[in-house]
Amino acid sequence: MFKKSRLIGEYFMQGDIACAEGALAAGCRFFGGYPITPASEIAERMAMRLPLLRGVFIQYEDEIASIAGILGASWAGAKSMTATSGPGISLMTENIGLGMMMEAPCVVVNVQRGSPSTGLPTSWGQSDMMQARWGSHGDYGSISLVPNSPQEFFDLTITAFNFSEKYRLPVFIMADALVGHMTEKVVIPPVEELEIIDRKYTNKKPEDYLPYDYGKNLIPDFAKAGDGYRYHTTGLTHDKRGYPNMTFECQNELVPRLVNKIKNHVDDISLTEEYDIEGADVIVISYGITSRTILPAITMAKKKGIKIGYLRLKTVWPFPEEKIRKLSKKVAGFVVPEMNLGQISLEVERCAHNDSIVKLVPHPGGGIHKFEDVLHAIEEVAYGK
Amino acid sequence: MSELRVKISGFGGQGIILSSFIIGKAASIYDQQHSSMTQAYGPEARGGACSSQVVISSDNVEYPLVDTADVLIAMSQEGYDTFLPILKKGGILLYDTDLVEKLQSHKNFIAKGIPATRLAEELGKKIVANIVMLGFATKQAKIVSPEAMQEAIADSVPSKFIDLNMKAFQAGYDYNEEQ
Repeated sequence: MFKKSRLIGEYFMQGDIACAEGALAAGCRFFGGYPITPASEIAERMAMRLPLLRGVFIQYEDEIASIAGILGASWAGAKSMTATSGPGISLMTENIGLGMMMEAPCVVVNVQRGSPSTGLPTSWGQSDMMQARWGSHGDYGSISLVPNSPQEFFDLTITAFNFSEKYRLPVFIMADALVGHMTEKVVIPPVEELEIIDRKYTNKKPEDYLPYDYGKNLIPDFAKAGDGYRYHTTGLTHDKRGYPNMTFECQNELVPRLVNKIKNHVDDISLTEEYDIEGADVIVISYGITSRTILPAITMAKKKGIKIGYLRLKTVWPFPEEKIRKLSKKVAGFVVPEMNLGQISLEVERCAHNDSIVKLVPHPGGGIHKFEDVLHAIEEVAYGK
Repeated sequence: MSELRVKISGFGGQGIILSSFIIGKAASIYDQQHSSMTQAYGPEARGGACSSQVVISSDNVEYPLVDTADVLIAMSQEGYDTFLPILKKGGILLYDTDLVEKLQSHKNFIAKGIPATRLAEELGKKIVANIVMLGFATKQAKIVSPEAMQEAIADSVPSKFIDLNMKAFQAGYDYNEEQ
């Protein structure tokens, strides 16, 4: 079926499949998962493609085993991934925290459907955005990327692997059923033209190596499994040797580092797209598929003479706090349409503080925003109602 | 910027989603246009209502859904009844004459019928009815160029059935409506 092990060229490709191809291009050679609509096509594609690339595909008994499997594969040196939807993420959540604590690079794809619970299996939503940030217990920095087209699903999957290796953590891709099941042209460049970041291994000798020692960037270097390095890791609070050390001092060194290794690199991680921000009275902030479905309302607002800017978050977590704080001092307000009943709008409110108005345009998922609702919110902010 | 919004409706198993995939591929890969295809389906594999949609544009497709259609292809009575209201004034309706029998007034748009399923059966396989319809749509609604459509069909069906599918395309393309 696939004569070439690597695809290059132009394809008319579904979003989910583009995600799988992006993973393969990034060097992913281990997929562990359990099928679920609307993410099953990712697993299906990986099952077909990975054996051709000497990779491993395992369909586990459930999502809990799947996330455990990809953490293990990551620890053995493979770039690994799983793909699921909201109900699957709920099951994976405990071990996602383990991945954060062990600092295991891997990619977790959530093709969001209508939630909560089993919700709308074949339809879309964006209501797992806060779960991606705060799902597992405890404090940790996290990264979530949100694509709005099959091409971007391909591109951001590569970025997700790069960030996961660079910052050593499970990275979320927060797609949705509409993007996952949408088919558009996807251009796959030769692998030499892609920026691929691989794991950073220590250059220390085995006797000098400490698995959780770190430098200025707060990120520990790996040792290659099988090269004679001693390695210990645990979900318990641990010292630089990776051994449990349940003291305040150790907790106070480890946990803030897990947060700060992301916080200190927001500028590198935060990817946004901006139009007409300079001099805007109203800025619409959106992400994922919503950034496309609301465009007619923005065009109409512009026609009506409203000075409107547009900010699209490709990286939702870490949230671009500084950017929003600065903008909030210059504009009348923000309009945040999202396919949930208010999640990222809360972050915008927090950063806008009392400097400007924030207007949520909610939607429960399973459809798209009504043109009038978005336009109405823009007008309310523009005319100061 | 020119834009064409196509809605295809029928039931699961007729190749409704494949049809829109082929249209989208013809447009974006072989006609150098931009296109976006999306689908809607129920939990049933076969027999349930099924629809898909393609937006073809000379520029990037910003809004990927089809709320109002320039072209509606109806392969079932239910699909016709459900989606006729979204067909634009002056738009083109293409329907299977054996599957859509209860017709409403068509004075606001151009309606063209073809017995696609029967023609496919005459070719030996009912399953190519969707390709007969694509041939018909290529000629009657000019959604994409005939060359692009043929290339996209050849690219999207199993290789041993390319000849059959090309015949199906031609049967639809050459069909003269006698209404």
